[in-house]
Amino acid sequence: MAHILDERQKQVSMAGANERTIDCNKASLAGSVSQRACVFCGSRVVLYPIVDALHIIHGPIGCAAYTWDIRGSLSSGPELHRLSYCTDLQERDVIFGGEPKLQKSINELIELHNPKAAFIYTTCIVGVIGDDVEQISRTIQKEKGIPIIPVQAPGFQGSKKDGYKVACEAIFTLVGTKSKPYTPAKSINILGDFNLAGELWILLEYYKKMGVHVNATITGDGRVDDICNAHNAALNVVQCSGSMNYLAKMMKDEYGIPSMRVSYFGIEDMSDALYDVARFFKDDDMMAKARELVTEEISRMMPALAWYKERLTGKKAAIYVGGAFKAISLVKALRLIGVQSVIVGSQTGTTEDYELIKQLCDEGTIIVDDSNPVELSHFVKEKQADIFIGGVKERPIAHKIGLGFCDHNHERKEPLAGYEGMINFAKEIYATAMSPVWKFTKG
Amino acid sequence: MVEAKTYTSTRNSCKLCAPLGASMVFKGIEGCVPLIHGSQGCATYIRRYMISHYKEPVDIASSNFSEETTVYGGSKNFITGINNIIKQYKPTVIGIASTCLSETIGEDIPGHIRNFKENFQGPAKAIPTFINASTPSYCGSHAEGFHNTVLATVQTLAEHEKTDDLLTIFPGMVSPADIRYIKELLDDFGIKHILFPDYSETLDNEYTSEYQLIPTGGTPVWKLSKMGNSKAIIEFGSAFNKGVNRVKNSGSLQTAGEWLESTFYIKNNPMPLPIGIEASDRFMETLKQISGNEIPEKYRKERGRLVDGYVDAHKYVFGKKALLYGEEDFVTAMADWCKEIGVEPFWIKGADFETLREKAEEFKPDFVLGNSKGYYIARERKIPLVRVGFPIHDRFGANRMHHLGYRGTQELFDRVVNALIEYKQENSPIGYKYL
Repeated sequence: MAHILDERQKQVSMAGANERTIDCNKASLAGSVSQRACVFCGSRVVLYPIVDALHIIHGPIGCAAYTWDIRGSLSSGPELHRLSYCTDLQERDVIFGGEPKLQKSINELIELHNPKAAFIYTTCIVGVIGDDVEQISRTIQKEKGIPIIPVQAPGFQGSKKDGYKVACEAIFTLVGTKSKPYTPAKSINILGDFNLAGELWILLEYYKKMGVHVNATITGDGRVDDICNAHNAALNVVQCSGSMNYLAKMMKDEYGIPSMRVSYFGIEDMSDALYDVARFFKDDDMMAKARELVTEEISRMMPALAWYKERLTGKKAAIYVGGAFKAISLVKALRLIGVQSVIVGSQTGTTEDYELIKQLCDEGTIIVDDSNPVELSHFVKEKQADIFIGGVKERPIAHKIGLGFCDHNHERKEPLAGYEGMINFAKEIYATAMSPVWKFTKG
Repeated sequence: MVEAKTYTSTRNSCKLCAPLGASMVFKGIEGCVPLIHGSQGCATYIRRYMISHYKEPVDIASSNFSEETTVYGGSKNFITGINNIIKQYKPTVIGIASTCLSETIGEDIPGHIRNFKENFQGPAKAIPTFINASTPSYCGSHAEGFHNTVLATVQTLAEHEKTDDLLTIFPGMVSPADIRYIKELLDDFGIKHILFPDYSETLDNEYTSEYQLIPTGGTPVWKLSKMGNSKAIIEFGSAFNKGVNRVKNSGSLQTAGEWLESTFYIKNNPMPLPIGIEASDRFMETLKQISGNEIPEKYRKERGRLVDGYVDAHKYVFGKKALLYGEEDFVTAMADWCKEIGVEPFWIKGADFETLREKAEEFKPDFVLGNSKGYYIARERKIPLVRVGFPIHDRFGANRMHHLGYRGTQELFDRVVNALIEYKQENSPIGYKYL
């Protein structure tokens, strides 16, 4: 495949029993124009939805400006997370150190907002000039009596995925630091839903109907006090496992809390996410309620889905998203509406994820790790895809070559999780596949 | 204009970082792929930010620093990066922007380039032209990054053979539609010109059906090299943009126009961005002098219609107060235009959005004139936001928006007037059909 750089050849494979195992978990290749971001980005997107904490970026202005109000993570209360704070380091600070500026910034912002906690993100430049952010944080924590948590995220110290780990470590410093007077026995923490377009609230409704208490939501609509009390839950239910598995593992090791991997996209995975929780609690009543809920939702949506399937059957989709676990759900969800996935890729998938995709997809489906515009534009042409599912950076690739596009990234404004999310997803795929504008792009 | 901030931290920044400005300029060179020498995130964030505004592919490579690169230097990654760009894109130009990271560890980019050229295995003609701009984000904003990169490009490429009947024009950070308008205007004037940077196509391209690895358009290198042959230069907004006061390198306190003037003795004509009648008149007068040609009838009429519009709608805008923000060049031009139509402008040099939001409490603006990011202030105050400049992330068609000349001013004026009329209509208990 001539359009793939030599060093990247092993990061591309195909579905089918005899195809090779994909090479992944590697740093992006210089000059490849990877769609990935950096360690800072990974930590920032995960911690961002904690709504009652201050998020202060210690570094140059770009890192703060490009992540201001970036995710559609909704809050049911405070909206501190939507403010962008930065020490905006200048040449003088780089030479003489940025510590005084950071100290003053944290103090003045705590004074201004009275937050429950503060996350202090370090960036590339702080990693190089060596400001002692740990020490400053400890001192202010003592003075102000709230957790001040350094998030060591210099961009060069790995990939976006390493940033997830940094975020998990930051969250873990809060877990177990406070206990609420009472946490019900049948309670779960939801890990890895970020309440994009209010998706978390849809899930909360489902679990409530089943009689499951949701203890902490990490980090969608997240609250510092809930996270502090997260160790009192009976189970961690982990979505977006790429970002949150590490936290679940730490909580298992430290507090013995078991975890399960779920996905809320598509009917099958959504239903399993409910059944698996009921099964975990070995509660017949809970299971009966889950069944009732699933039956009701499915019977309500089936006619609509059948309608979409009839019209979309035969369409081909390309998927390129951040996490591979989401890609797996998308393949299944698309199948429900008659759409075949011909390219499946992600920025941060693991070997296991890609093996699953290999088994799940039809033979010949291209599977790719850490791809780029040159490859993606070739793949969609080669496979004659009709629709592209990705994020902001993939949209112009799709549109410039005449493909429909569905934004399944963190900027989406319509919920795509849960049963109603599945309908929204089908609606969006239909809208993009069936638009009359494509008659002008053909031929 | 009021003095800026009372807080140590920057709260909801108005400015972006220097490599973004550099990337925009590089997108205005024909056959160019930008490379940001730093962490992967810099390139990706900037791509995302620009894509959300232009709705066009914006491919920017990264040298993708790792821990090892940061400790031992970026030479290896740089060379790998350049080789991979050449393999994938076959560019005629690679534009390199440094970052806070690469500048702080003291990367010798000119040295890396020499090293690459010396060790290149293929034919010499396969080696692209390199342009290297120093754009650490701790020095100034995206606006300085933009101007420094224009300067770096000119310093790298401009040569002088003979003086031609040629105008070099630096329009600054304006929209693709503005660039197209300026080119059309110069053609109508019969002026042979070099406009730089010209991203009017690369960042506002037609539907192509194939993925153009490097979108068509941009100022070609052969033209850039002829800038030294110009008989005159026009530079918009440069009165306020002399690069940044670098501790290490105060040599960049010059604009591209000033550098050409001091190096090749070409007359530089710095002027504000031509927004409004007075500023546009000044631009047109200068063109008239440079070319010796009369102002074309088409533009005389555009001006006439604009005056007619001012007269018809003057009462809707008179005495209104506008909150402004954005790049200094842009804001000062907008502020002058506001005064021209009887609107009182309010802006704070170097302020962040939270400071503006707090000061707006005293100033009580009637509307906001700026990019998308001030929307939350307009929303809180329940006043209209007229979207101009960069970035516009919450409306469609930002690349087709005009700001410059009589045509741009007309468009701006209509939009401001209509925003105020709409506001009045929506907030009136009576459903007026005439306003």
